[in-house]
Amino acid sequence: MANRITIEVARYHPAHDEKPGFDTYEVPLRKEWVVLDALNYIKDHLDGTLSFRWSCRMGVCGSCGMTVNGVPKLTCATFLSDYAPGPVRVEPLKNFPVLRDLVVDTSDFLVKLGKSKPWIIRKVEKPLDEEYLQTPEELDAYKQYSMCINCMLCYAACPVYGLDPLFSGPAAIALAQRYNLDSRDQGANQRLDILSQHDGIWGCTFVGECTQVCPKNVDPAGAIQQYKLTATTEWLKALVLPRGGT
Amino acid sequence: MIFRSDPACLDTGFSGVYHRRSALMLDISSHDIVLIGGGGAGLRAAIAISETAPNLSVAVVSKVYPMRSHTVAAEGGAAGVHLAEDSLDEHAYDTISGGDWLCDQDAVEAFVKEAPLELMRLEHWGCPWSRDPNGRIAVRPFGGMKKTRTWFAADKTGFHMLHTLFQTSLKYDAVTRYDEYFATRLLVDDGRVQGVVALELTTGKIQAITAKAVILCTGGCGRVFRFTTNAAIKTGDGMALAYRAGAPLKDMEFVQYHPTGLPFTGILITEAARAEGGHLLNKDGYRYLQDYNLGTPEPQPVLRSMELGPRDRLSQAFVHEQEKGRTVEGPYGPVVNLDLRHLGAKTINEKLPFVRELCLKYEHIDPISQMIPVRPVVHYMMGGVHTDLNGATPMKGLYAAGETACVSINGANRLGSNSLPELLVFGARAGSAAAAYAAEQKPPGRHLLAQALDEEARLQDQFLRKTGGREPIADLREEMQKIMENCAGIYRSGDSLSGAAGKLQELQDRFRDIRLDDRGHVFNTELISALELSCMLDVAETIAECAMRRTESRGAHQRTDYPARDDEKFLAHSLTYRGADGRPRVEYAPVTITRWPPAERVYGR
Repeated sequence: MANRITIEVARYHPAHDEKPGFDTYEVPLRKEWVVLDALNYIKDHLDGTLSFRWSCRMGVCGSCGMTVNGVPKLTCATFLSDYAPGPVRVEPLKNFPVLRDLVVDTSDFLVKLGKSKPWIIRKVEKPLDEEYLQTPEELDAYKQYSMCINCMLCYAACPVYGLDPLFSGPAAIALAQRYNLDSRDQGANQRLDILSQHDGIWGCTFVGECTQVCPKNVDPAGAIQQYKLTATTEWLKALVLPRGGT
Repeated sequence: MIFRSDPACLDTGFSGVYHRRSALMLDISSHDIVLIGGGGAGLRAAIAISETAPNLSVAVVSKVYPMRSHTVAAEGGAAGVHLAEDSLDEHAYDTISGGDWLCDQDAVEAFVKEAPLELMRLEHWGCPWSRDPNGRIAVRPFGGMKKTRTWFAADKTGFHMLHTLFQTSLKYDAVTRYDEYFATRLLVDDGRVQGVVALELTTGKIQAITAKAVILCTGGCGRVFRFTTNAAIKTGDGMALAYRAGAPLKDMEFVQYHPTGLPFTGILITEAARAEGGHLLNKDGYRYLQDYNLGTPEPQPVLRSMELGPRDRLSQAFVHEQEKGRTVEGPYGPVVNLDLRHLGAKTINEKLPFVRELCLKYEHIDPISQMIPVRPVVHYMMGGVHTDLNGATPMKGLYAAGETACVSINGANRLGSNSLPELLVFGARAGSAAAAYAAEQKPPGRHLLAQALDEEARLQDQFLRKTGGREPIADLREEMQKIMENCAGIYRSGDSLSGAAGKLQELQDRFRDIRLDDRGHVFNTELISALELSCMLDVAETIAECAMRRTESRGAHQRTDYPARDDEKFLAHSLTYRGADGRPRVEYAPVTITRWPPAERVYGR
């Protein structure tokens, strides 16, 4: 293995750049280094003005999503050596406004997440000395959706979100479904309207890019398809039983 | 939520949506209570305020989006008495003996009593706790605990707790979030803390946020050391803010080394791996913990014994093995092996999926068939901002909870799985207490604005407009981390610590000559790195100073020149104040003993 690798990093500063461009750096190529280590090397030793987000460096905080050679990746879980001999091109996540360099504005997701009511909704709460029993099978019904780390790779990969920013998007729908499928929750009806009222959900073609790029093996595409089915069933029910049967 | 979309969306031909933007320079807002930090403690406090006093307006100021907070990385579990054969007194005793009798026992009693209720509250909010086949909450053994009482969500407990808290917090309208704001100074007037100045990362704008009470929930400061499980964000910001404002830091000399981190990355391999039956082996394949008064090896895990001993003792045993030449020499220094192979694929996949994922990803090792190389790594600060049982600091209007705070329930060594329930119990307590306090306060005075302007001027002069500095941030940070690891690590001495104190003072001087290349306002992470380094230097000085003054060995503080515990002189909390000269000044306060007089710590028998 060569001991250096070239990294091309997208740079953009809104105060003085008309357009983004690329800066090229040469960094050590070490087998245990991830792309994020290379960015930190650049920041610490070559160019202190490079901006990017990161925190846990163990694939769980969801901060460091970027586009690596065209593919949305968690840079703390993407090894530099997999791109040898290089060059490696690092860009911000697609489909989001770029604030600076590799930092994108994901606040839109937080608005959508809030609207999908990602909390337990119940008519009556049990007192605190009682637990809601939940068998391992009931836990498994929603568990994979609860693994979402909000890293936004799925939004960057989603062709529908790219065209229609009003689309709730993969992670918000997956997290709504996480609560819908939780045996403790009774709020599925409240979430249905919000998520199915916009055309976006129907625009999803089940190509499944979101599921493919998810670093935590969540299946947002599956959640979206389930949602379509539920929404259709509810719509049919409303048609057949206009007084709102069960 | 404000969308910042300037009219001119640039057509650049590049992927991504680009806008031109400019920076505002000062803004003022007002809330009843400001929380700094949006991790487990901060979010629990925010919800507590919203539930107990829904009329109060709450601000959560966090330098990262709340779900990025380091609570997310906690793996193994959360302790709370759950089974019929367990009792609150036993949890209290394990905690107090685990803390080498430096815990305040009234705080521990409140903690063990409220922990199960808080964990159940999380259950009601949707936390996906692992379950028994009959649907009840499952519990697992944990280090230093005599009974099985650790609730868990596989080995991603902190992740699930944080996301449950964050998602639940979204339903409260009274909570306003200041996401990606870095707090730089507390506003203090008339001896009362009345707000904070923060820098908005996305614009560089200075925001003065006034409030009747401030709660610090900023986590620990593991990044002061070179080799740590802690995320990049754990830079002791809240500890430094409190210390600079005049509040004392308590028991800062007690730094927890977790015995099992991955070499190079420092990634944590949870104690749950040993609780499920993993063995620690030296280079001869020998379960070496039996040589360190931790019990005799049994095939099945035995509570409070061997691999389920407390973290301080296990990390110390590693150093002795290294001295005896019985560790394995790896590419990043000496390691021992954590052997999970005998647990089988089913247990590993069901109970420890994240351990397997991390090993496969970062070490190219499959724990089903291979041993995991591990070494001790800085993990947790027992010390922090001095508070009472309600999270109140000695400064009026200032509260703290979670790892930032020292209540103290952890004493000289925290037991694994006590920190997650701690942030719930004391996050809730601090939130309720701050709400009660805030309800009786007048609105903050107008002249706090002058302080905010001063702070803006300081940031401009010392950082943004500074020219000609020579000291690179990364160099100073690496030197600090080396000093701390070499001089204030698992074993320390008077000589090593006084050396560290001197060198840290030099670094403080050199910090004034720091080199900054980034003059931009938008997402200036170089400026944030500088501000974080300045927090870490202050915190590092307090650690070195009170470690130097504590001439005894207790829990995680081991002095080679004073190897015995000295209850006569040091059954006491250290309180470190910032002196008029900017240097740390240490005082002592008594430990509260209720029902468990100091005794020998006994494990493995």
